Amino acid sequence: MTHPFLALTDRDREEMLRTVGVSSIEELFRDVPGGVRLGRDLALEPPLSEQELSAHLGDLAARNADTTRELSFLGAGIYDHYVPAVVDTVLQRGEFLTAYTPYQPEMSQGTLQSIFEYQTAICELTGMDVSNASGYDGTTVTADACYIAKHATGRTKIVVTEATNPQVRQVVKTYAPGFGLEVVEVPHDGGTTDPDAVAAAAKGAAAVIFQQPNFFGCLEPAPDIAAAANDAEALSIAHVDPMSLGVLEAPGRYGCAIALGEGQGAGNVMAYGGPHYGFLAARQEFIRRMPGRIVGETVDAAGDRGYVLTLQTREQHIRREKATSNITTNQTLLALGGLVYLTWLGPQGLREVGETCLALSAHAKARLRERAGLEVLFSDRATFKEFAVRVGRNARDVIRDARALGVHPGYALGRDYEGMDDVLLVAVTEKRTLEDVDRLADVLAEVGA
Amino acid sequence: MKLIYEKSQAGRRASVIPRPDGLQAPEVPEDLRRSEAPRLPEVTELELVRHFTELSTRNYGIDTGFYPLGSCTMKYNPRVNERLVALPGFAQLHPHQDEDGAQGALELEWRLQEILAEVTGLDAVSLQPAAGSQGELTGLLLVRAYFADRGEGDQRRKVVIPDTAHGTNPASVTMAGYELTDVKTDARGNIDVDDLRAKVDEHTAALMLTNPSTLGLFDENIEEIQQIFHEAGALMYYDGANLNAVCGISRPGDMGFDIVHINLHKTFSQPHGGGGPGGGPIAVRDILEPYLPVPAVVRNDDGTFGLDYERPKSIGKVRGFTGPFGVFVRSYAYIRMYGPRLREMSEVAVLNANYVLARLKDAYDLPFDRLCMHEFVLSARNLKRDHGATATDVAKRLMDYGFHPPTVYFPLVVPEALMVEPTETEMKETLDAFCDAMLAIAGEAKDDVALLKDAPHDRPVRRLDEVRAAKNPVVKYGFEPSAVAAES
Repeated sequence: MTHPFLALTDRDREEMLRTVGVSSIEELFRDVPGGVRLGRDLALEPPLSEQELSAHLGDLAARNADTTRELSFLGAGIYDHYVPAVVDTVLQRGEFLTAYTPYQPEMSQGTLQSIFEYQTAICELTGMDVSNASGYDGTTVTADACYIAKHATGRTKIVVTEATNPQVRQVVKTYAPGFGLEVVEVPHDGGTTDPDAVAAAAKGAAAVIFQQPNFFGCLEPAPDIAAAANDAEALSIAHVDPMSLGVLEAPGRYGCAIALGEGQGAGNVMAYGGPHYGFLAARQEFIRRMPGRIVGETVDAAGDRGYVLTLQTREQHIRREKATSNITTNQTLLALGGLVYLTWLGPQGLREVGETCLALSAHAKARLRERAGLEVLFSDRATFKEFAVRVGRNARDVIRDARALGVHPGYALGRDYEGMDDVLLVAVTEKRTLEDVDRLADVLAEVGA
Repeated sequence: MKLIYEKSQAGRRASVIPRPDGLQAPEVPEDLRRSEAPRLPEVTELELVRHFTELSTRNYGIDTGFYPLGSCTMKYNPRVNERLVALPGFAQLHPHQDEDGAQGALELEWRLQEILAEVTGLDAVSLQPAAGSQGELTGLLLVRAYFADRGEGDQRRKVVIPDTAHGTNPASVTMAGYELTDVKTDARGNIDVDDLRAKVDEHTAALMLTNPSTLGLFDENIEEIQQIFHEAGALMYYDGANLNAVCGISRPGDMGFDIVHINLHKTFSQPHGGGGPGGGPIAVRDILEPYLPVPAVVRNDDGTFGLDYERPKSIGKVRGFTGPFGVFVRSYAYIRMYGPRLREMSEVAVLNANYVLARLKDAYDLPFDRLCMHEFVLSARNLKRDHGATATDVAKRLMDYGFHPPTVYFPLVVPEALMVEPTETEMKETLDAFCDAMLAIAGEAKDDVALLKDAPHDRPVRRLDEVRAAKNPVVKYGFEPSAVAAES
């Protein structure tokens, strides 16, 4: 039986082989030496029909405790924000879903114009001049920015605050040896970073990377950190949460050279870690050092406006070993999801989501203190949607016990930070309700946190 | 067509955000508070849907028609995969969920690893890299770690790449801190083995090779190449961009490669999404397994699945979490619908390519007259020489016939290159219609070259001025009347 994804009939095959001038399909592979042939069937399970496949994957999906089955306060970089139906509507249009990189602009104005609109939205959020068309995620765009900083400054030291997402720091450290960079971390001081410590570390550095809000959820003295970097003529790089930028200042307004981050919270489902989009925006002076695709406006032969991939002499297919990055396939569809979501929100919606996160998380802090008797860590620091609490015993055990009662209370900070084994990082998005917060407090009280 | 920002009117909106009763947001400290709202569009949801629907009609995907973009494997993307990836158990699963709350996801990842090990003929797999080019960089970082561990890190500084390679290969070499050694292509389209032999020595760390190559040709000397590298103590990296040609027929591990990346968005049908997402898992020989990224997805002795971070020799992390999970769901689903019949997938891909090649090779120049694998490269240099029609002109004229053009001007070793990859999912009638169009265009080049020069005639825009775009880059909306008329 012909496989449903293959379109040739037996007669087609015969006619086509005749046209090619060979007698069998086997003969088409005559250039493959016998010594490197497999010579047996692949040892894979037999093919499934669509119906059987659906049942199998349905079984696998049912064995995951997703956020529709467990009340979750997990965050730590990936957040359970609401994704509206229109995102699915747009992303499932086959003309977007099944196209590729817009190498032929006349065939791709839909993708190109939407990327141009996305770049505009990212520049508006961050207060920057130029955005690329997306990177893989919030970790890899940070590594990309280190490459920009190295070439822009000729220096080889990267300073990163310890209160930056541990996975971001890990990825920067993985890339660093190849880039010829060394990475220096600045410890936090009571939940935020001391700008004087940054100033000391920034001497001779290519870049200073910090996160706002930081990994503990606390608001950094971002303008002072950026100033400390700028004074040392290092690039100030802000790793920001796009969902905070309706209520928190744009990095471009406090002097940062580059703003970047994980786009997931703005328009992508969590999907166990991906695919999502990373965004990367910079001041105008770095436009020719940017990694990845950038869409620009131009005119066609009739003088009408249109869009093309531009500044391609930065890129690997032209510049090869001298390119600003090796990236080619990026995250266009997820970035389109981000654009649709930000359009759905509008400026008021973005501010309101931010305010709801602020209000609900502040409420949760108070409830956990009053109702569950927990100590809020770094309680003198302002936070956005996430905060740390001491739970009095190993946070991993508390998580296990709370999950048995149907609530995932958050992330165990002891996984990344010494001396924090009893600290839980709690994220509260606009998807949580007052009742959800009460339930969290009750469950944590019940499990003896 | 207007930009969404040009349709914006203050006071309109599409969203309603929950505002819990009686709660007040605490004040953000003044120096950290947003001073001016971002100028995001203000539209109704209907206007939003109409805008993006209209944009989609100005695009062309596999769903629209034939898309023989060489090196990109634009095959059908089964729709069941979109339904499956949206199941709440996958889509709404937080990546920090405890292992016992993510058993289904971990099992799927583990099963996909096992499948990719079998398909590539290698021992261990990391799903983490986000795309092929990141797989390349990850692979080269493994090479670095491996030789550093053996005390040969300072000695082995060179990576050998043929002149037909994807641009990502040399770019990855630089990002990994290696030096590039170029090797030539011989008259049959294989690597020039004599040139290679002279360039491989104790300073060589690795070879990066695509096989079949970007010319769509299987390197007939692969066994000799393997011998040269392994005798020099170097490693071999396989760029899996063209894996669609050889599934179940010849595996990279059998060809002697030590590291392979697999483009899940090519061979295994993750939709390309207008430029991503992709997936770039790497498979390696056992000697390289200790260096793979963390966490590793493992099956425990009790049959449960888990994440292993205890890999002291690991290069670290190249991306968040275990990789782009949604891509894994689609590719796993795709492979399970084929099973061992993946071989037929590759066979038909190769037959389709050879059929189109056979029909076109008299009308266009064929730089290497051999049977091809899943794709082939023609040259329009005969049309350029005789009639002044370039590969670009042929590509633009194909749009008038309703087809997406092939890849043009790549690989760089072929002038006026047209790189055609039909894939296995196309029916003969479609291939014939495409061939008829290509033959008609060759005729038009002779009779009325202006038809090619002015093409495309029926797309939403005419040919675009790319030089102007690069000279004075306008990369975001200016929020004032554009220099160019906003109406079109």
